[in-house]
Amino acid sequence: MTPKKIEKVNDVTIRFAGDSGDGIQITGTQFANTTAILGNDVSTLPDYPAEIRAPQGTLGGVSGFQIHFGSTEINTPGDMCDVLVVMNPAALKANLQYLEKGGSIIANSDGFNERSLALAEYSSNPLRDGSLSHYHVYEINITKLTEQALCDLNLPPKVIERSKNFFALGLMFWMYNRPLEPTLKWIREKFSKKPELIEANSRVLKAGWNFGETTEVFKVRYEVAPARVAPGKYRNITGNQATAFGLMAAAHRAQLELFLASYPITPASDILHELSNYKNYNVKTFQCEDEIAAITAAIGASFGGALAVTSTSGPGFSLKAEALGLAVMTELPLVVINVQRGGPSTGLPTKTEQADLLQALYGRNGEASVPVIAALSPSDCFSAAFEACKIAIEAMTPVILLTDGYIGNGSEPWLIPDIHSLPTIEPYYPDDPKKFKPYMRNETTLVRPWAIPGIPGFEHRIGGLEKKENTGEISYDPVNHERMTRLRTEKIMRLQDRIPLATAEGHTQGDLLVIGWGSTFGAIRTAVQKQLDKGKSVAHLHLRYLNPFPKNFSKLISQYKAILVPELNLGQLAQLIRARCRLPIYQLNKVQGLPFRSVEIEQKIEEVLRGIA
Amino acid sequence: MVTRVQTLLNTFSFAQNKPYTPKDYRSKEEPRWCPGCGNYSILTQVQKVLADLSVPPYRLAFVSGIGCSSRFPYYINTYGFHGIHGRAIAIASGLKIARPDITVWVITGDGDGLSIGGNHFIHALRRNIDINILLFNNQIYALTKGQYSPTSEHGAITKSSPDGVIDYPFNPVALAIGANSTFVARTIDRDPRHLQNMLKRAAMHKGTSFIEIYQNCNVFNDGVFDRFSNKEIRDDYALFLEHGKPLIFGKNRNKAIRLNGYIPEIISLDDGKHSTSDAVIYNEQDTTLAFLIATLSNHPNMPRPFGVFLDITRTTYETELLEQIESAITKNGKGDVNELFNSGDTWIIQ
Repeated sequence: MTPKKIEKVNDVTIRFAGDSGDGIQITGTQFANTTAILGNDVSTLPDYPAEIRAPQGTLGGVSGFQIHFGSTEINTPGDMCDVLVVMNPAALKANLQYLEKGGSIIANSDGFNERSLALAEYSSNPLRDGSLSHYHVYEINITKLTEQALCDLNLPPKVIERSKNFFALGLMFWMYNRPLEPTLKWIREKFSKKPELIEANSRVLKAGWNFGETTEVFKVRYEVAPARVAPGKYRNITGNQATAFGLMAAAHRAQLELFLASYPITPASDILHELSNYKNYNVKTFQCEDEIAAITAAIGASFGGALAVTSTSGPGFSLKAEALGLAVMTELPLVVINVQRGGPSTGLPTKTEQADLLQALYGRNGEASVPVIAALSPSDCFSAAFEACKIAIEAMTPVILLTDGYIGNGSEPWLIPDIHSLPTIEPYYPDDPKKFKPYMRNETTLVRPWAIPGIPGFEHRIGGLEKKENTGEISYDPVNHERMTRLRTEKIMRLQDRIPLATAEGHTQGDLLVIGWGSTFGAIRTAVQKQLDKGKSVAHLHLRYLNPFPKNFSKLISQYKAILVPELNLGQLAQLIRARCRLPIYQLNKVQGLPFRSVEIEQKIEEVLRGIA
Repeated sequence: MVTRVQTLLNTFSFAQNKPYTPKDYRSKEEPRWCPGCGNYSILTQVQKVLADLSVPPYRLAFVSGIGCSSRFPYYINTYGFHGIHGRAIAIASGLKIARPDITVWVITGDGDGLSIGGNHFIHALRRNIDINILLFNNQIYALTKGQYSPTSEHGAITKSSPDGVIDYPFNPVALAIGANSTFVARTIDRDPRHLQNMLKRAAMHKGTSFIEIYQNCNVFNDGVFDRFSNKEIRDDYALFLEHGKPLIFGKNRNKAIRLNGYIPEIISLDDGKHSTSDAVIYNEQDTTLAFLIATLSNHPNMPRPFGVFLDITRTTYETELLEQIESAITKNGKGDVNELFNSGDTWIIQ
């Protein structure tokens, strides 16, 4: 056996792909977690169909999971992958477009039979017909090797078939020099009630590793050194889990019970799943009969004094619009989370998009200004959720938190904060029944007091009808309505005094400012960094607060000749910025259900720079 | 962690077991229903019953949706929430789950509760959250000036059905029983004593209590319930259910309901062939019987039943939730978020 060469690389992108029943998501998650534990920076992109088990072997049923990891800062799941692991022809056909020329294909050759080739609409076997000559193709009979590893266990064929993903995982662990132990531990816990599956999956995982070690097929192993990131304790986290943790942290700092009312919807359900595990943490979850019940139950809980939250995705967010107006009118704290997906209507349930921004800002009847915050990465969902709760409680207002399927399902290392280092959250309770009026306001913040049922002397009635200023009685007086409308809007504008000023990364003045919001942060940051490295006069401004905008926004952007706004929609933020300045605004828009590749943004920056030079 | 809400409640929880009078439940706001509206009577009876039961106003919350009935919370001096159309029950559910210590009443109507809010209505009943739902049924959309509602009778002429309604109505009581309710009753605005009794029974019931209250809209649907309130004739049209008693009605208490198989039918008690012992003995814990009797309302020739149809015991939603919370604490201890965040596979970067 020839000793294997070890090659050091800075960053690698791997994509696993197979049938939606092949366990691809588990394989990818395990690789990502193990990689994170080794200290690499990591970013992941799960990419799966809306159907739970789409017809086997078809292009529509392909499930993918991409992992980008490295020894430097990793901001995206990778534009193109270096290695593509495919379990069948459909997986190859659907994913070849994401493989770098010269990259490696690791194919389960047992999955390439006549039937599966036909299902994937291949007229000849691509592994053999020379069409993959630009790539390194490794044909491995993964199914057969899995069967051999398990031949003495007397397992049903279905079980054997289902554990072959662990062979691929073991092989990739070998190739990138990762330990098996974290996954072995996970297998032991996951299948604790089925010892035969612990044995089978562990064996296959090790068989994959050993295959890499002994076969002559692979001559090189790779080493990716740990990344130099901020010191501290880390764990890998998905955006939806980080959102749930952010809510829990906020409830803890506010010393309130957390109440989540939700209706199942992709890709937001994991927030409900996560929080329903934490009953012993002062968390109540309520799975409702519909989206409207979810938001109105949350409003009821907020009236009762809880930190109330409802989580959903686009279609559900549309259904909540009227009730959001009720929360505006009653001035109760409420956090509405929209994990955006491709729309309109049912759209692309499992794919990402940023097309609900204008709906978040304006999708209600009447003048109903609501603070809008967008998270920029999976781990940032924690602080964005925390901040949304803090504003909701302290300003007595509903707050919309926008994340999306890309960062909701994607994962990355999270620097675990010390709960005591997070800011406190201070509700504004009335203290004197004699002076109490439900719509009296703090002079500086315009916030009204939160009077909780159960306390004598503060009995009061609120609702969706217009209120008389201060007293809160029903009022149809025209002048009062205008006054109250302006007060409600002004209260939100005054949040500008507490949100951080905007800052641009890169040149403080120059040719082009690239402005983004939400999950495009990583791709834009990578693209702008590369342009800065090339000496271009560019900068990157990321907007976390979409309503209100940071106070210095107009002043900051006036330092540049032009603006480029890349968005996963047809130009919603661009439209908002256009209303605020006269600078030339260029757009880069994509609505394919997929995140930006940073190279797409780089190309656009170069094109714009050529045009304005 | 002791929540701020618990701390606040502890600070203010001085003994207030004083006797209350109906006046204590009157708000400063002047009721603005039309003169002669059945809602006035319901408001008065609710205030009387609350005083009788001595529930402190600050421990009460009245939640409503949209419609004439839904203005109710403004006129009662408790915590109150006037919600949006159809959503009162959902708002009340969230409030009660978050705050099981608060006594929650829902005021809704036939449009609010059965049309736009029908989904929340059926789901609340099956969940059995301990709230009291009063559905003021006037068989018309009154606040929007006279369109037919889901309880308007087939053929009714209204502003939006000039040629007669071609929908068939809901029977709210049968719907509630079908939705797995634990307490269902029917009463009428013009019978204050019966109304008070039903309100008291609902208040005592642990779980979702549902009362359909026939309420006369004297502007858009005047007199639809006259035969059940007019003292001259009502005994022939109304059948008052009493637990453990035979189903007897009629001006001279000379008619009864018996079951022919599963079909209820009227028998005469003075035809020499039947006696009281042929009549159904009502049992409010029998869901099947309750449903059979509820269907009498669908037949024009049958008397309309009033009273408690169903009163059964089932653990409430919030009780089970609190039990799950307790058991999670017993099993895993009180959760520490710092520990939770630091759990799982972690690593340290120096």
